[in-house]
Amino acid sequence: MAQLLRRAGFGATRDQIDGYLKQGYEATVQELLNPVHREHEDQDLMDRYFVASVEARTANHADPQWAWRLATNPNPLEEKIALFWHGLMAVGGVKLDHGMEMLAEIDLFRRFGLGRFEDLLLEISRNPGMMYWLDNQNSHIGAPNENYGRELLELFSMGIDEQGEGAYSEDDVKAAARAFTGWASAVTPPPFFLGPFPMEFRFDSNDHDDSEKTFLGQTGNWDGDDIVRIICEQRATARFVAMRLYDFFVSDTPNEKEIERLADVFEENDGEIRTVLSAIFNSDHFKSEEVRYRKMKSPSDLVFGTTRLVDRFDVPELDSGMLANNTMFMGQHLLNPPSVEGWHEGEEWVDSGALIERINFASSEISRVDGRGVQRMLTRVRNSGNELDGAEFVEACLDAMGAIELSPRTRSILVEHADGYGIPWEADASDSTDRTIEMFQLIVSTPDYQYC
Amino acid sequence: MASNGPGGKNLVVVQLSGGNDYLNTIVPYQDGLYYDYRPNMGLQGESVISVDDRIGFNSHMAPIKRMYDRGMVAVFMGIGYPEPNRSHFRSMDIWHTAEPFTSSSEGWLGKVTRALDPEGKNPVTAVNFGRGLPRALAYPGVSVASVGALESYGLYTGLAGAQNTDALLDTVSRIYQPMSEDGIPSLRILQTGRGALDGADLLRQAPSHHKSSVEYPEANPIAQSLKGVAQVTSAHLGTRIFYTAHGSFDTHTNELVNHTLLWDQLSEAIDCFWSDMEEQGAANDTVMWIFSEFGRRVADNGTGTDHGSGGCAFLIGPSVKGGLYGEYPNLDPSAQLDGDVRFNTDYRDVYATILESFLELDSEPILNSRFGQLDLAAV
Repeated sequence: MAQLLRRAGFGATRDQIDGYLKQGYEATVQELLNPVHREHEDQDLMDRYFVASVEARTANHADPQWAWRLATNPNPLEEKIALFWHGLMAVGGVKLDHGMEMLAEIDLFRRFGLGRFEDLLLEISRNPGMMYWLDNQNSHIGAPNENYGRELLELFSMGIDEQGEGAYSEDDVKAAARAFTGWASAVTPPPFFLGPFPMEFRFDSNDHDDSEKTFLGQTGNWDGDDIVRIICEQRATARFVAMRLYDFFVSDTPNEKEIERLADVFEENDGEIRTVLSAIFNSDHFKSEEVRYRKMKSPSDLVFGTTRLVDRFDVPELDSGMLANNTMFMGQHLLNPPSVEGWHEGEEWVDSGALIERINFASSEISRVDGRGVQRMLTRVRNSGNELDGAEFVEACLDAMGAIELSPRTRSILVEHADGYGIPWEADASDSTDRTIEMFQLIVSTPDYQYC
Repeated sequence: MASNGPGGKNLVVVQLSGGNDYLNTIVPYQDGLYYDYRPNMGLQGESVISVDDRIGFNSHMAPIKRMYDRGMVAVFMGIGYPEPNRSHFRSMDIWHTAEPFTSSSEGWLGKVTRALDPEGKNPVTAVNFGRGLPRALAYPGVSVASVGALESYGLYTGLAGAQNTDALLDTVSRIYQPMSEDGIPSLRILQTGRGALDGADLLRQAPSHHKSSVEYPEANPIAQSLKGVAQVTSAHLGTRIFYTAHGSFDTHTNELVNHTLLWDQLSEAIDCFWSDMEEQGAANDTVMWIFSEFGRRVADNGTGTDHGSGGCAFLIGPSVKGGLYGEYPNLDPSAQLDGDVRFNTDYRDVYATILESFLELDSEPILNSRFGQLDLAAV
């Protein structure tokens, strides 16, 4: 259960885990996969606190808003899937430095990210920010710009292998580019003086190449939506999406058999992402030791997972806006991925500078005794017994923090640390809070805590 | 092919973030067009220290002009890259990755760090002053220390209250021991942690090795960063690449005040740094590269200037053959590029020269191509 919540969300407190345990594993998977999407009820509150972020001009104005959702959205999988697609269909401030449009794209991922892949691809192809980001503005009848056609195939749907070969040809790229001519975006008047110019999708039939094209072996007067439909019929697409979902939700080491199985599920269910994820989370493979703690936490996992554990924010105060800066210091600048490829997941996240940032952030955050979550954790440890030896004390702390597991070696060093005081931990002792917080700090400093 | 011999210099990078206004840095003070385009922002009279009968330094760069007169400052006039992009992010990426046409996540100095220390033995081969890694230093498997302040660099330095940090550090240090076991935590992350802890120990002690009569101003952030560079240099930790940033030079408004202040700070910082380097006997082993992501528009907008393309850059050090490089861009409307200064020196030529002539590295694998060599080394 704890692993499910780490992968489908940002981890969970011990109380949340207990609640989910009562309801059962499969019911929890169902609940996570079927979030009730509400318009953001606290948008007014956010606008009051993040004044510069209202109708955000740039990516840097926008990321406090997303950070607040990442830290507080009660449907964690909505944010997780938005992160997934944001990394895969990356639109970045490096070119589209337009906060409003970027937040609109993140919301698109929340709404369509768990549904049919074909619907998502169509939505993203009609997303004005994406059209601008991949130069479809400059794609005209008779002079198609191939950028969108190429990235749609290479990065969003069919993919390429290690030799750089895709299951499509250069001619297919050209045909796709022609089919998408006339798909563009336009700017509209700003909402207030000197505000940003919102963008809208605009299809220009006069600039659209309506002639016959052959795409992936099928010939017709294809338009962009036909291209998307044909793409979604391809086995390569099923495999690509399955592989990326596996990589993001299951393990840093690919498992060929499992990816093939998920590709089958994708094909049999009309490309519905929700069903593929259900097949992931309910599988024996997902619950096995083989993948347990085999994924490096992304900076978002680390920052928002720790923040959710601490639970100290009532309102979107300045501190919460800083959370996005923290992921940036660790190498994940939200709304500004390093390239169209998004981020490389896995061990590449952690270099020495990033590790220091991770440990300093997490150890400082977890010592916030003003956090409701920290108070609950302290109470849990206190209730574990009046007098605990080192091993019992470490176990009580790990459990209170949401059933965290450590490797035997790390655990034994922490037990030695606890024993090093020469006296057992006592709930009534004056230093019990300090010692417990110190153990929390050590736990979030371990290499083990960098995995999920 | 040059190799990383003992003669290679240390490289200190100063990034002018935000787009430094070229025309008000190196001023074409005899060009009527300059004053036509800059009715509100043109520098004249005592605001310019002349170099020749055409151009001069901004008067707030006096210490740099003095170094120029000693022949240790190379000025690149009209430096840039093909097909200018006026986005801060994209333009900075182009300088950081040395790839003007494709998007890359590998920094040119990350590759340099790999070439200088192929096995990653020294955790402080490259040190960045600032938080978060600039793309220039990013490269898979290359560790770079990112330092706010040296004295407080490392783990748990920001923890509030009465914390038992020594005991915490001791335990964490025991955990991050590379063990040749397969599994989680991986050997790689244990090694990374070891490198981070060792690097932090080395860097935190660096200030104690630094004895200098130079007083770096306290309230000047770039001076403090360069002081850190001097401290790490004095500690002889084997650091070869230093990265610092100064800004913001994004002077859309109130440029006369802000641009002036930034150059006052930078000039003072550079003055202190090079005096210090000479005192330490390290000046000959050091070169300083100063660049910005782009220059600004030729025409002012009333109180400032907007994003442009071609700009200026500087290479400083006693081992540098000082002087003016490239042609000062023609401000004639027909010579402009959509209202911007047109570049005439490709930034990769300077990179290639820094690599070959000063770092003694083969530039081709780092820049993915062979670029022109400029005659920049003092004889």
